[in-house]
Amino acid sequence: MTDEESDDAKLFIATTRAFLDKHASLADVRALHAQDRSFDPTWWQHAAQLGWTSLLVTEQYGGGSVSGQPLRDVAAISEQLGRTVAPGPLHPVSTVLTALVNADNHVEHADTIAALVSGGLVAAWAVDEPGRPFGPHNPALTATRTGAGYRLSGSKDRVEAGPQADLFLVTARTDRGPRQFLVPADAAGVALRRQRCVDLVKHYARIDFDDVDVAESAVVGSGDQTPALIDQQSHTAMVLQCAEAVGILDAVLIMTTAWARDRHSFGRPLASYQALKHRFADMTMWLHACRAITAAAVTAVGAQHPDAALTVRAAKSYLGEHAGPLIHDCVQLHGGIGVTWEHDLHVYLRRITLYRSMFGTPIEHHRAIYQSTRAVVSA
Amino acid sequence: MTRTTESVDQFAARAGDWLATHMPRLDPDRPPRARRDDEGAWLRARELQATLHQGGFAGICFPRKYGGLGLDVAYQDAFNAESADYEMPLILNVPTFAICCASLLDTGTEAQKRQHIAAALRGEEVLVQLLSEPSGGSDLAGLITRAERDGEDWIINGAKTWSTSAFAADYGLLLARTDPTVPKHDGLTMFIVPINAPGVTLRRIKQIDGSDEFCEEFFDGLRLGPDTVVGEVNKGWDVASQLLLHERRAVGQGSEFASGRGRERSEESFANVFALAATADNPDEPMIHDKIGRVLARRMVRDSLVEHVSAAMRAGSLPPAAGSILRLFHSNVTFLEVDTALEVAGTRGVVDADDAEGLVPIGERYLSRQSVALGGGSDEIARNIISERVLGFPREYAADRGVPFNEVKHNRAR
Repeated sequence: MTDEESDDAKLFIATTRAFLDKHASLADVRALHAQDRSFDPTWWQHAAQLGWTSLLVTEQYGGGSVSGQPLRDVAAISEQLGRTVAPGPLHPVSTVLTALVNADNHVEHADTIAALVSGGLVAAWAVDEPGRPFGPHNPALTATRTGAGYRLSGSKDRVEAGPQADLFLVTARTDRGPRQFLVPADAAGVALRRQRCVDLVKHYARIDFDDVDVAESAVVGSGDQTPALIDQQSHTAMVLQCAEAVGILDAVLIMTTAWARDRHSFGRPLASYQALKHRFADMTMWLHACRAITAAAVTAVGAQHPDAALTVRAAKSYLGEHAGPLIHDCVQLHGGIGVTWEHDLHVYLRRITLYRSMFGTPIEHHRAIYQSTRAVVSA
Repeated sequence: MTRTTESVDQFAARAGDWLATHMPRLDPDRPPRARRDDEGAWLRARELQATLHQGGFAGICFPRKYGGLGLDVAYQDAFNAESADYEMPLILNVPTFAICCASLLDTGTEAQKRQHIAAALRGEEVLVQLLSEPSGGSDLAGLITRAERDGEDWIINGAKTWSTSAFAADYGLLLARTDPTVPKHDGLTMFIVPINAPGVTLRRIKQIDGSDEFCEEFFDGLRLGPDTVVGEVNKGWDVASQLLLHERRAVGQGSEFASGRGRERSEESFANVFALAATADNPDEPMIHDKIGRVLARRMVRDSLVEHVSAAMRAGSLPPAAGSILRLFHSNVTFLEVDTALEVAGTRGVVDADDAEGLVPIGERYLSRQSVALGGGSDEIARNIISERVLGFPREYAADRGVPFNEVKHNRAR
């Protein structure tokens, strides 16, 4: 959240927060984990009714933004999710909706868009592949022409909300570049296996596509449009991760700051020791830097600014390198209680650790920034 | 006047046209003389400032009655964007405009503002700060330079050090002790003093990398009139606090009184990072791409942080002390740049490879790496400020708090 939020946006955030506190607290997260569940589908439909799924959707399909900057609204929700490490498929659904509403053939997907907006349907972006780094433009999974449409063959990996999704948006290689296809989870030839993950409630799946036939109507976006659409989806996925991470870091730093004020050793609060004060100063600087670059990325991606790719990569790599160490410092400052299952710090640390490596590691983003900036400079 | 109703876009367009015809365009291959220890760079900066003033683009956020334009920061931001490709008098930003003139605006007399701010905006006056002392370090308020009454006048005796660019300056804001019988913060007074006056001896300090922009000054019976007091007698700490506040914001590139966005050090430009990589021992080493990519990312983070923290301070959601976050980040990003440059330069950073792009200056820059973490208050002081005044943590114990200055223990004589 920044200082320039409108009253509508503030109200929307407050409503979101109240809903999350009531139905997605840390205790709820632990309870879901104890039952080996990712999220409650009814809860997700309530969240959808609050507007979470309609922000990125044009008015034509019953959507609309609160602030006039749709991505900023979704990022504000993500930040709130981070405060309690909440469950739910907001990010995969938002990523798929980004593709559907911006596709040239969006009209053909009107029913799917409506079902996703209602929360009754959950979709996931099947983009990563086994043993390969994040490289959304170069899928190995193939789509070959058939008489009535396409046949998909290959495997997808680490698909967020894969076990819960009704529908996958699958990136595939064709002889004319990458394309994307909507594939129902129960289509013939689709086999899914859940993958172990460090997060308590996020579930991931490997999905094998063994000659899965889809109709022509399963295509999302034209061939010419697909690379730009994939960029937009990638940026959306990354920036929402960063926004959630900012919420996490803010919550953890607030928690640790309160601890340092209340906890006394040798007759004085931890917060009075200079060695510890200096670490809090560094953590405060990191948090503000994370918040600032994330806000810049949200704006750039939302406006499809030419610098969007660079900015979102800077955000992903900076948060990737700083969020984990910040929480580890908070664990250290909590002392022994910080490394127990009972304390909530690890619940936050799990999500941060997960996000560090998904959609590109810091090193991958650094190298991409180097390559694209060099290309511009030498052009 | 039409000027007052001109939109930011209109202003930017007019500035763009004017810059194109009046200011020299930057040539990446031939950077202008801008080293702070170069006398010629200061003369050049004065010329450029005079041109800006004649064109009506000096002091965008300073009030009109002191020679500025009286516009808000959006106009300055727009001007910074427009002027990015032109040679600008960047070395006048700190400390003249963003620190000294900004503080005079807050605390100076009407006459001082009319004289000094206006002269600086015309390019006729360079101002510096005379704060630190050889005996001092981070404990600024413990300074021992004395100002003693002689009738209406004041007589100054003592020494100052680490004064940025004082050799090129006309006036300095000098903090002196006017009452040693009260606790240290309560007996200080700020003066505006001429640098080139009888009773002032200036010496340049040579630093590790060979540069000599900093100076030390010795005051032997310098006589000052009553009109040289800035703020009130014995309220000099309030003025100094304003200076430090503006300094923290300026060092973090967050001041609306600074004009021009370009950075002073030429190795900051994108192109040079790649030129450096191209001449490295292993230009295609992926690890080098990672490291340079990290520097580029960190600069983007720095720019967004400056914007974010400055906006939050203006809106009041962060206190003014949050300028120290920018100050601390500035040394963080500079460390990363300096260390990465040395890494990428490899052996050529330490032994000249006898080619056109000699990289030994990168090794020399590395030697003075810590200066960025000391100037404008040390990193450690910045961390104290962030923890105490942004987070509200308990203050450090000070043995001199509330004790009359002449009863406080000082350095042992050596």
